[in-house]
Amino acid sequence: MNETAVKPSVTPGLRLGSASFVWRPWMVFVTLLLTAATFLVFCLSIGVGDFPIGLSQVIATLLGQGERVDEFVIMDLRMPRALAGLVVGAALGMSGAITQSIARNPLASPDILGITGGASAVAVFLVTVSGGAAAAIVDSVGLSVAALAGGLGTGLLVYFLAWRRGIDGLRLILIGISVSAVTEAITIWLLVTADIRDVARAQAWLVGSLDNRSWGEVWVALWCALALVAVVSCVAFQLRPLHFGDEVAAGLGVRYSMVRAVLLLCAVLLAGVAVSAAGPVPFVALVAPQVAMRLARYPTPPLVASALTGALLLIGADLVARTALPVTLPVGVVTAAIGGPFLVYLLVRANLKGR
Amino acid sequence: MSTTVGIRPSPEATEVRRRRVAGLGALAVVLLAAGAVSLAVGARALSPAEVWHGLFTAQGSDQRLTEITLIVQTLRVPRTVLAIVAGVALGVSGALIQGYTRNPIADTGLLGVNTGASFAVVSVIVLFGFSSPYQYVWFAFLGAAAAGVVVFGLASIGRGAGSPLTLALAGQGVAVFLAAMTTAVSLSDQASLNALRFWKAGSVSGVGFDVIWPVLAFTVLGLALALTTLPAINLLNLGDDVARGMGVNLTLSRAVGIVAITLLAGATTAACGPIAFLGLMVAHVARYVTGPDYRWLVPCAGLLGAVVLLVCDIVGRVVTRPGELQAGVVVALVGAPFFAALVWRGKFKTV
Repeated sequence: MNETAVKPSVTPGLRLGSASFVWRPWMVFVTLLLTAATFLVFCLSIGVGDFPIGLSQVIATLLGQGERVDEFVIMDLRMPRALAGLVVGAALGMSGAITQSIARNPLASPDILGITGGASAVAVFLVTVSGGAAAAIVDSVGLSVAALAGGLGTGLLVYFLAWRRGIDGLRLILIGISVSAVTEAITIWLLVTADIRDVARAQAWLVGSLDNRSWGEVWVALWCALALVAVVSCVAFQLRPLHFGDEVAAGLGVRYSMVRAVLLLCAVLLAGVAVSAAGPVPFVALVAPQVAMRLARYPTPPLVASALTGALLLIGADLVARTALPVTLPVGVVTAAIGGPFLVYLLVRANLKGR
Repeated sequence: MSTTVGIRPSPEATEVRRRRVAGLGALAVVLLAAGAVSLAVGARALSPAEVWHGLFTAQGSDQRLTEITLIVQTLRVPRTVLAIVAGVALGVSGALIQGYTRNPIADTGLLGVNTGASFAVVSVIVLFGFSSPYQYVWFAFLGAAAAGVVVFGLASIGRGAGSPLTLALAGQGVAVFLAAMTTAVSLSDQASLNALRFWKAGSVSGVGFDVIWPVLAFTVLGLALALTTLPAINLLNLGDDVARGMGVNLTLSRAVGIVAITLLAGATTAACGPIAFLGLMVAHVARYVTGPDYRWLVPCAGLLGAVVLLVCDIVGRVVTRPGELQAGVVVALVGAPFFAALVWRGKFKTV
């Protein structure tokens, strides 16, 4: 029995009053790094365009000390787009992390909670069915608001259909998949019967885009997202025990049913915020938490790092789409084209190291 | 000293076995009945006598009945056969993929099969200007197979090779990438977008036996491979360490399984389009009927898949006469609410 080599690998704790945290230097380092990278890409993204602005001037302008021309270009023209990208990416990343944590399934994402499917079906319906009530709806409230209403309606439908003495992870995702399959079938059927020009317009909406954002839309999305993040941060510390299963969580004093219900509602609404601001950008919510987990070397999807990864992925993809590519592509396509392979790279690297 | 003790199965085991055999038998009977109905129902409804005549009379021997013969032999029989073959393939591969990834929401699209096929379809349309499904069906199969191989290859690099989590996530990463590429191509080229929207709906009509025979051959090959791995899946689901201890060659077993899934789902997807939800749905229902033993679960899922796809195809022919609703759309519209109701009543256990 040789036990001399065994060293206890207990990480030291931090205690502040009645709250205590586990001190994870790598996690903190990665989070800070992601924050810095996100800020950098954000500023770069603002500086790039027909009227290029240097990085230092962008930062000076953001701090309120820029020239008037720069201030006009940045604050009036480019800021809404960049900020929308930031909010959408962060909201999707956090929403995905919550969903995957609660479902305890790395394949889960708010896409299968019905939000995306419902919003897409409504939007495609309004685009392809011309005249009558559809045109009236588009004229009065606008396509994205109507789609958001459809998405939230479907998300809440899934939520309540899955409710049976509380929310169960497997039941939730299976019912979510069923409802999503129905909305997808409706979308496909609408596309099959529609005129091909309408199909092209609908397809463009379906991949999500950051073009032509106005300050009004961005403010609404930003405040809604901040409010939801505030709610999440109040409950989030009770999320970790849920990974051990209901019995252990209950033993640790977590009211798991309530925690799950609140967090999941926040995830649905966060995804709704993202849909309202950019349309159904696919895959960010699925990929960002898994990438963040591997970057932060954390056993479960970390909420803050996932949100940052999502934001970085989205504005980075937007930057690539606008500068490096010969053709203009919607940001949703570029996000998926970068995020998918990066996830595979992280997996392969981890396997090669045998971790 | 050597006395063999005959182990008598417990009453519960007998009951379970009786239930499984009865379930499979009932499914086979329903499948036969649905096949017969499928030959008779359509835009031109046929009586049983006409179907019989249409099946067994050579074309052109009787002028009055040529039309019926033509309908039965060139339209109804091919789509009925394809619905059965595709249903079996999708059901079996849906059950296999859930077994190999140990994930209850894994579907046959997970290995990139659907997105690989989609990308191949839009690519060849843009590159070669193809316009008919006959021209791109084999490219779709190649795309599906290539995606499956890439996913398994990437998931097998290094240690932890082909573990359920790595497989699922690598598949998802590749699928995400291919879907983005497909969207990018279809947004820039209207002809491919037009073909893609019909292909994506998923239909068992419109292809003849020149497509069906190869699909059948791939399906039979895939089924044969799948059947050899069923005992190993049972052991794999006890965990990698236990499986290895029981003498399972993990890498070989997984490789054979993935090849089987790719063959089954790839050939079907090429011929019919992506109907991934069917595999997920019938795998859960089959698990409810037979329990978690994959030697029973997989055949049951295959039969169930054939029944569901055939019935959905028939429903699609009836509801919007004289037009048709694609089988893939009907599977989701009719199957999903039914499935959701079963889920809500708590019928399903995790994988």
